[in-house]
Order: sequence, then C-alpha cells, then structure tokens
Amino acid sequence: MLALLAFATAVAGEAMSAGLFHPKVGSLANGLRIVVIEDHRAPVVTHMVWYRVGAADEPPGKSGIAHFLEHLMFKGTTKVGSGGFSKIVARNGGRDNAFTSHDYTGYYQNVARDKLDLVMSLEADRMVNLRLDPEDVETEREVILEERRSRTDNKPSAQLSEAMHATQFMAHPYGIPVIGWQHEIEALSREDALAFYRTYYAPNNAILIVAGDVTAEQVMALAETHYGGIPRADTPARRRPQEPPQLAARRVELRDARVNQADLRRSYLAPSRSAGETRHAVPLSLFAEMLGGGTTSRLYQELVVKRKLAASAGAYYSATNLDRRTFSLYVTPSPGVTVTAAEQAMDEVLAAVLRDGFEAAELARSRTGMLAAAIYARDSLFTSPRIFGDALTSGLTVEQVEGWPDEVRAVTMEQVMAAGRAVLDPRRSVTGLLLPEG
Amino acid sequence: MSLSRLLIGLPLLGLLWLYPAIAGATEIQRVRSPGGITAWLVREPTIPLISVSFSFAGGATLDDPRRKGTANMVSGLLDEGAGGLDSLAFQTRLEELAVRLSFDADRDSFTGGLRTLTENRDAAFDLLRLALTKPRFDGVAVERIRRQIITGLKEDQENPNAVVGRTWFAMAFKDHPYALPTRGSQDSVAAITADDLRSFVASALARDRLTIGVVGDIGAAELAPLLDATFGGLPESTERTMIGETAPVTDAGLKVVEMEIPQSRVMFGAAGLKRDDPDWYAAYVLNYVLGGGGFASRLYDEVREKRGLAYSVYSYLYPLDHAGIHLGGVGTQNGRVAEALTVIRQQFAKARDEGINADELANAKTFLNGSFPLRLTSSGRIARLLVAIQRENLGIDYFDRRPELINAVTLADVKRVAKRLLRPEKMLVVVVGKPVGLEAGE
Repeated sequence: MLALLAFATAVAGEAMSAGLFHPKVGSLANGLRIVVIEDHRAPVVTHMVWYRVGAADEPPGKSGIAHFLEHLMFKGTTKVGSGGFSKIVARNGGRDNAFTSHDYTGYYQNVARDKLDLVMSLEADRMVNLRLDPEDVETEREVILEERRSRTDNKPSAQLSEAMHATQFMAHPYGIPVIGWQHEIEALSREDALAFYRTYYAPNNAILIVAGDVTAEQVMALAETHYGGIPRADTPARRRPQEPPQLAARRVELRDARVNQADLRRSYLAPSRSAGETRHAVPLSLFAEMLGGGTTSRLYQELVVKRKLAASAGAYYSATNLDRRTFSLYVTPSPGVTVTAAEQAMDEVLAAVLRDGFEAAELARSRTGMLAAAIYARDSLFTSPRIFGDALTSGLTVEQVEGWPDEVRAVTMEQVMAAGRAVLDPRRSVTGLLLPEG
Repeated sequence: MSLSRLLIGLPLLGLLWLYPAIAGATEIQRVRSPGGITAWLVREPTIPLISVSFSFAGGATLDDPRRKGTANMVSGLLDEGAGGLDSLAFQTRLEELAVRLSFDADRDSFTGGLRTLTENRDAAFDLLRLALTKPRFDGVAVERIRRQIITGLKEDQENPNAVVGRTWFAMAFKDHPYALPTRGSQDSVAAITADDLRSFVASALARDRLTIGVVGDIGAAELAPLLDATFGGLPESTERTMIGETAPVTDAGLKVVEMEIPQSRVMFGAAGLKRDDPDWYAAYVLNYVLGGGGFASRLYDEVREKRGLAYSVYSYLYPLDHAGIHLGGVGTQNGRVAEALTVIRQQFAKARDEGINADELANAKTFLNGSFPLRLTSSGRIARLLVAIQRENLGIDYFDRRPELINAVTLADVKRVAKRLLRPEKMLVVVVGKPVGLEAGE
C-alpha cells in the first residue's frame, strides 16, 4: 500500500514536465525502483532488471566477476534447471539476453504482453534463488575465455583500446576491462561469483523497467506479487578509487604483424553528468558533435575532405557514467600518410577550434540533431528502457533523462567552449597508436 | 562499453529473411501513385516521424567483375553531392533537417532508407529524389570515398571474420558473381571510374526492380504524390541482365587460412534452400532446432553449454535470389577447433538421420510464432520487413498466413528436408587461425 502511494505521487509529479518518454515511476517497500514506459503500438513488452553494480565495483584481483556472474545467472535456481531460463522464455515465444558494463548489469526478456507475469516470476526467482553446479561454473569459464579471445585477443585494435583504458585510468577501475584480465578470469571461483551475487543482487540495488503494451498499474501489481517478498540486502555504497590529477600526457603504441592499417586515437579524462565538473557534461556533448560528430564536423572536413590526410576522423563522448570517463578522438590515416603527420594535423584542428571557437550555425545544427535523436529514440520499443537503465545506474534521475532536451536547448556557445577548453588539456590525454610491425 | 551474454554477429544478415513477419494487428495498405509506383504502407501516427525503406533488385551482382565494388561505391556516394548541392552542402542540409539518409549494396540488391521527422517530410523526400536521380560524383568526393573503401579493405585483411567469409564465398562460387565480395578488392576499387558509377546508376536503379515500404506518420493520400515526385524520375526499366541460377560447390572440404590469432574463426556450409522452396518452413524449423535458436539450439547446448568450446556457435539459412545456402559459424581456441568441428558434424549427422523430436517441433513452432511480433518494434524495422515481403512475393496477407505455414510443418517434413539439407560430409569448412590437428590446405 505504501508503495502504491509513492507511485501515485510520482505519477502526479511526472505529468508536469514537458518530458521525452513520459515514464511512470514508483517503488516497492523493499526498495525496488520501478519505471514504466507505456507504448501501445505493438502487443509486446520488454521487461528488464538492472542492478547498480558493474565491473568497476569488483574486488581487486577479481576482474571479470560481474560479467562471469551475469553468465552464471542462467545456470539455474531452486526452481529452474541449468540453462532452463532461456529455454522457458523461448518456449513462450520470447527472446532474452543480458549485458554487463563498468557501471551496471542488466537482464531482459522481450515477450508478448501476456507473458509478462511469467518472465517477472522467473527474474524475481533468480534474484534470490541462484544455485550453481560447480561443473557449470568450470564450463562457463571456458566460454568466457573464448568470448575474451573473440572480442579482444583476436583483434589488435581491441588490444590497443584495452591498453589505452588501462593507461588513462591508473587508479579508477574503468582501467580494467569489463570482461576481465585473462589470468584473473582463469582464477575466478564459484565462491567469488556467489559472494558478489549475495552482496549486490537485491531489490534495493535494482531497477525494474518495463516498456510496451501494459499499464503502470498492471506493472505495479505484478511487481508487488513477484518482487515484493524479496528482502533488502545491506548493499555497500559505490565508492570507487578515483583518479589522481593527471599532470603528464601519456602515450601507448601497439605494434603487431597483423596490422595492415595504422590508426591514431586519443582520449582525455572527462566529467560525466554525475561526476567531476558536471556542468560541462551536456555542453561537451555538443562540443563533440561539432568537433567530430559527422561529415560536416571540423575534424572530418579538415583532415578528410580538405587536407586528404585521413580516410576517417571523428570524436565521441558519452555524458552518462557514474564516474569521470573519457572524451575520445580517432583518425585513420590515408594510404601513405604517417600517424605522426595525422597526429600533427589533428592537433592543429584542436588548437584552432579551442582558439577561435565554432560558428553559431554549427551549434544550431548539432542541437537540431540531438533533439531529433531524442524523438527518434522513442521509435524503438527497446531504446527508451536502455536509456533509463543506463541513466539510473549511472547516478542520474528520471527527471534528468526527461530534461535532456531542455538542457540541450539551453546550452550556450560560451558553455560549449568552456567545456572544451576545460577537457581538451594535453596533459590529461592518452594518445594511442596502432602500427604494423617493423 | 557493454558486453552481451550472446553477441549475434553474422547471422543477422539472414535473420531478416528468417523472420519476415509482422503482427496481425498491423494493417498494411498498398499505395499506388498516379504515375504507377507502388509502396506498402503501415500508418503509425503515434510518433511524429516517417521511415522509408526501398530496394532495387540486382545489387552487386550487376557489377562488372573487373570493377567489382561499383554498386557499393555508388552507395557511398549518392549522399555526397546531388543536383545543385555539393557534398558539404548536401550533408549540411541533411543535418539541418535531421534527416537520415542511407544507401547500401549487398549481393542481390541496392537498398536505401530515409528517416525524417514529419515536419520535414517534403524536404526529406526531395533530398532522396536528388540523391537517386541527380548524383554528382564530383571528383574530390569520389576519391575520398575510394580512399575510405580501400582503407576498410585493408582493415579487413586483419579481421578473421571478414577473411573467413570472403574465403568461403570465393571457394563455393568460383566464377559466379556471388564469389566476389560486394565491396570488391583493392585493385578493382582502384579501377572504378566516375563513368562506371554513373553508368551503374543509369542502368541498375530503375523502377521495374524497385520495392518500397513506408511506416509512420503519413497517410496514403499524402504518400502517393510523394512517390511520383521522389522515384518518378528514375528510368522505367533496368538495362543490366540479371545473373543466372547457381549453387555453392562445397566438395572442397576443408580450407585453412593461417593467421596469428589465439582463436580460430570457422565458417561451414553447403547448399541450402531458396525462399520459395516448398520445404522452406520445414527447413526453417529444422535450422531453428539445430543452430538457429539463440540459447535454445542443439549446437548451443553441445558446443557451448556442455563443453565450453565457444562463445558463439550458430547456423542459419541464407536464401539469396539465385542460390540457397545453409551456413554456420563458430569461434574456438586453436587447440580445440578439431573437437568443435567433430561435435558440430555429429549434430548435423544426428539431425539428418533422426530428424527432430515432437517436443522440439512444438517448441520451435511456439517460438517462431510467438516471437514474431517482437520484430515490429520500430518503424524502420517494419519498413524493411515490408520490402522483404514484397521482394519474396509472400503476399500482403502474409502476416496472417504465416502462423499456418509454420504450424503445418510435421516431423516427417522436417525429416525429409533434413536428409536434403544436412550433408556434413559435403560441407565446405573454412578455418582462419592456427588450428591444431586439422589438415592444412585442402
């Protein structure tokens, strides 16, 4: 009853904002947060549970345990046999999967609306009743080592990314790959997984997100039935080691006989909407767009179109991270152009932009693009729940997600330039080179 | 970055064809313009946007083999300057309107898509018209896109997934256009001239091979004149001859391409079924049970779940316009490739000899029918499905008939098609890596 009251209040509050996805929000007495995005275009729903725990919350020396546990969550409970979860979902015409990042671990099922009750009962069951057969753990570790080979060890470019993150983050665990270091994966045990599970998998550390052809009232009632009886856990606060001030530029060079095409990348330590100088985060998104977001951007026009030094060039930045993360640049040199020449040209573009700024028309176009992207995001049933899950596990609120278009509209050129100048400081950079051997 | 429990890579290409379906609730209208251009439309006014998808049959098979990659290069250049707008002006206009325009070439078709907010509808369709009918192919833009393609081709050489696919198709289709990669080779791309690009547009992008799907905030009366305005300037008929029927030759058995990587990438396959084959649905059910069912297939159980041999293992039907193929893939550390292949071959042989059981058949039907509305979850996806259904002549009532077609499949049908489809001893297996215990070469 208490929960329903909280729900009603939240709904009333929500109606006042101009908003974007117009979610309805609530919570259960055990602390489970609930977000519902009603969308009645097709008779389907997506049901997601996001835990506020990711690879950056792992104990030292146990890299990969968040992701390993994510795989093991499909290995059965007191009620469902090993591998049974996904098979039950499939036998009910649904699709399921799960994902792990540095800041979150998420599970979802896409099903016909009349199967919501079923998948909720399954997801609630494995929030508390996980049972792990030691043999399943051994086999799944092999699967994850294969996954690591596929994603990273088979690809020099992915190995360079891993090395750059490790170099950018000397203290913060964003420097450790989500999948884990191979030697640490090899040593992860069943007990490690269960300890991590018991510590972090609890309703007060989870967010339930349902989008689709269902009403918020229906979701609340079902959530109370399935999740309402699960007790809270004493989940630790998320305090990760933070980076010391970076005073010196760092460089990483990966040479590999497999490389045919050289590559240049750079990252800078950057604030997010949740950490560091948060006021820079939204302006920095617009800065990234104008600097290197598309074919009319400065980097592309200067390096690819005018000077023909590069086949591609750009910049990207995500404002949604629990802690400070990175602002990134990349340049793929044209045939016959050295990475040194490409780097020099890239630095010239950066210097010119930081000195002279952008034109008003560039800011207007970037703003138009971002506002349109917010409307396009409403088109896919699966996009909005991902946006909320990402935001709510990264220290943001529902109001901040809904307020994104207003924030983008309000950004001034002065704020954009202040953000760019604050972040693109060479002393806080990591430059990475991918080169053929020799 | 976020990792998924299962990353579905290669088969996506095939999946569009495996799930050509839409919910019964979705109403499709056939819109015929005054000028005789047809599009299928699903009106969805909830969100103020419109998605358009279109396809010209032929695609990269219409390339001159010495200039392979022409269709692909055209797809990279149509939005790089058209009419009175040079590349920068055209791209700037797209950004000002927040219009997303895309073109792509695959083995059988030249495809494109448009997404616009309703408020910019007419301007967006006009940019599409310009791109299709008045592309400029300015020298600087052509050289820039050529540079990008060649750079991508160089990167492919170090990408085992790209190498395994290229090698499989080159060996299976020999002198047929399907043997050649859509993006061509560094040499063939270097040889393409602006005249080749213009000639491709003039002779391969015509109304007689055009299929259109539209979804979103637009009605039939508004769409009809836009169809004429946008596509009416295209030539009426295609001047290039379509290629003939073929089938993959997979007797070569095993091919190892050495690469210094810790995990071998493997592609295996043989002749499959075309989409209009009477046994299509039986094959579709069979493949779901064998290797198509995500976390619920025999290959997944035997290779990943029981033995930890791979992160991804799958099979899929790949029905081209002029050949049917049944393909699969797996990635396994070099020391265990032989074991993984043995397990996969055993599973193929078992399904060929015994078919599937009644439970598997029932589960496959429930999934294939129940999951199909999940494909209707964005306007772009629905628009692409409308095109696929038209291209395969499945009929405007296909969504209603599809459950019956799947439910009609019997155990005997699956057994019959299994004998025809599954020939583990005839598969062409390409391995890229440093596999241990496999005979190298052929």
